[in-house]
Amino acid sequence: MEPIRTLRSRTVVLASTNIDTDQIMPARFLTTTTREGLGKHLFADWRYDSAGQPIPEFVLNKPEAAGCQILVAGRNIGCGSSREHAPWGLYDYGFRAVISSEIADIFRNNSLKNGLLPVVVDPQTHAWLLANPGAEVSVDLESSTVTLPNGQKASFSVEAFARYCLLNGVDETGYLLSQEAAIRAYEARHGA
Amino acid sequence: MTPTTLFGKIWAAHEVVAETAETPAVMYIDLHLTHEVTSPQAYTVLRQRGLKVRRTDRTLATMDHSTPTDSDQLFGRVPIKLESAARQVRELEKNCAEFGVELLGIHSPNRGIVHIIGPELGLTQPGATIVCGDSHTSTHGAFGALAFGIGTTEVGQVLATQCLLQRKARTLAVNVEGTLPRGVTAKDLVLAIIRRLGVSGGTGSVIEYRGSTIRALSMEERMTVCNMSIEAGARAGLIAPDETTFAYLKGRPRAPAGAVWDAAVARWRTLVTDPGARFDAEISIDAETLAPMITYGTNPGMSVALGEAIPASGDAVYVKALAYMGLTAGQQMLGQKINEVFLGSCTNGRLSDLEQAATLLRGRKVAPGVRFMVVPGSQQIKLAAEAAGLDRVFKDAGAEWREAGCSMCLGMNGDLVARGAYCVSTSNRNFEGRQGIGARTLLASPIMAAAAAVTGVVTDPRTLLA
Repeated sequence: MEPIRTLRSRTVVLASTNIDTDQIMPARFLTTTTREGLGKHLFADWRYDSAGQPIPEFVLNKPEAAGCQILVAGRNIGCGSSREHAPWGLYDYGFRAVISSEIADIFRNNSLKNGLLPVVVDPQTHAWLLANPGAEVSVDLESSTVTLPNGQKASFSVEAFARYCLLNGVDETGYLLSQEAAIRAYEARHGA
Repeated sequence: MTPTTLFGKIWAAHEVVAETAETPAVMYIDLHLTHEVTSPQAYTVLRQRGLKVRRTDRTLATMDHSTPTDSDQLFGRVPIKLESAARQVRELEKNCAEFGVELLGIHSPNRGIVHIIGPELGLTQPGATIVCGDSHTSTHGAFGALAFGIGTTEVGQVLATQCLLQRKARTLAVNVEGTLPRGVTAKDLVLAIIRRLGVSGGTGSVIEYRGSTIRALSMEERMTVCNMSIEAGARAGLIAPDETTFAYLKGRPRAPAGAVWDAAVARWRTLVTDPGARFDAEISIDAETLAPMITYGTNPGMSVALGEAIPASGDAVYVKALAYMGLTAGQQMLGQKINEVFLGSCTNGRLSDLEQAATLLRGRKVAPGVRFMVVPGSQQIKLAAEAAGLDRVFKDAGAEWREAGCSMCLGMNGDLVARGAYCVSTSNRNFEGRQGIGARTLLASPIMAAAAAVTGVVTDPRTLLA
């Protein structure tokens, strides 16, 4: 995994509340057996019409969305299904951070494991971001702050170990594997 | 000893390494359930890193999500229509063979929806930690097990280490008191709870369902309630085990037996929240005031009790949801024309769900133009239903009787609701496109589904019950 320290990008805004992972990655794209290439299906049912043509009004189809790495979403993004295909798709499309005022548990967890930074900001900062699509924003993981174009800063919190892993490009699986002695001791203790 | 919640007890018993400010706890996982959709990429990682499945004896695989429910496709008399689904099924067979994981595959009489077969086999036991790459893993909490959905990276971690990194969740008590009125089911109860909490009201929390109403529920009803905990955003749902739990588990093929059973029950009896233990939050619900519920919107929190009008709101997202549903504020759901009915899923695909629907259906016909699909949650349920003649009731009424699987709950196995069609569904999610592109899902109980099937409109099931 590539380390994340700082991101600076214009934002794409999807203001809907409760954007569930079925919208982010519809179930019919889950019959894949790899994690690559899901970006083209991201928000498929909002992004393409029934003939498979891009819907021009949808934000990801607008020219200004190109190259944006930060998605600002309405409250409670990522609710519903545990499908990791949702963060895989967002990452493959090019997003590196998702900002909201609330992020659903499993989606947040899955995002952290894939180099997609879930950023929960205070309602005021969130409201400003929703109202100002395309704003040039920076996200600094080291100091855990979001900086708005006017220089105003908002802090966010990321679980300490996930933050360490993201900053250093370390993956959690390696850490779990290094706990083998403790796991074996637990199993012996519990007759497991 | 400090009084402890049920969640606190299970948590403490599974800490391999305690959490610190810098690192989460390493939590031991007793049972890992896997299926064809969220495991292939995890096995790829094991292969890349040269890892084995650490505890094949604590890992079980089945196929349910993308697996067809059409007999001919399932049993290979004709090819599986969705080539990608067929590939996924083959990939699971290959991975299980290579890594030595037990697979309840296509020809197993024990195959079924992953959250139905765990309890059915007696694998789901009180006090255990259970995970699966599926958010409805919360179902198993009905047995007093700490059970939650995980992503595919975590599936790989559990396969490799039998452990997960976890931060301790908050606790939320949902206290339900009183007798459920006639015609009001566990599904109506959980829809009412989700409406009250909202779809993110449980975020970061483990819910414990408590109170006289919960104690009076059967295990199948408790599973329906715990199943939808995730629809309130909760990490898991829990119900303390009791005599109902023990009676359900006794004699199940993989439940403990003999002296081991007695010791297990003695241990399970300690799995209660101690008097005086504090929850981080609590809500109370009066069961006597509840009525049959149905959703009208595009998340499971958007529901009304029959007789209530769809609420009005100027919120843009709300307006968009109603436009997607083709419904208007102020409208009653009663009398709304419907096109399809789905009875099944990990929420309501168990034998008692089929029995309740069949009771209402007996001697009646599915309304002209309505498609009614009945999908048992497991092959064991299918066999039991057939032994009881329920399949005849469904088929005589004009319903389709299918093989076990997730089916129409999610549009990825060929069972789809038509674009723009209204489907009364006993499943768990009414998200846009969940049952097929443009599908309009109305979540309800099995008896409301049966009532809609025979009348062709949303109908109060109480008017059709004897």
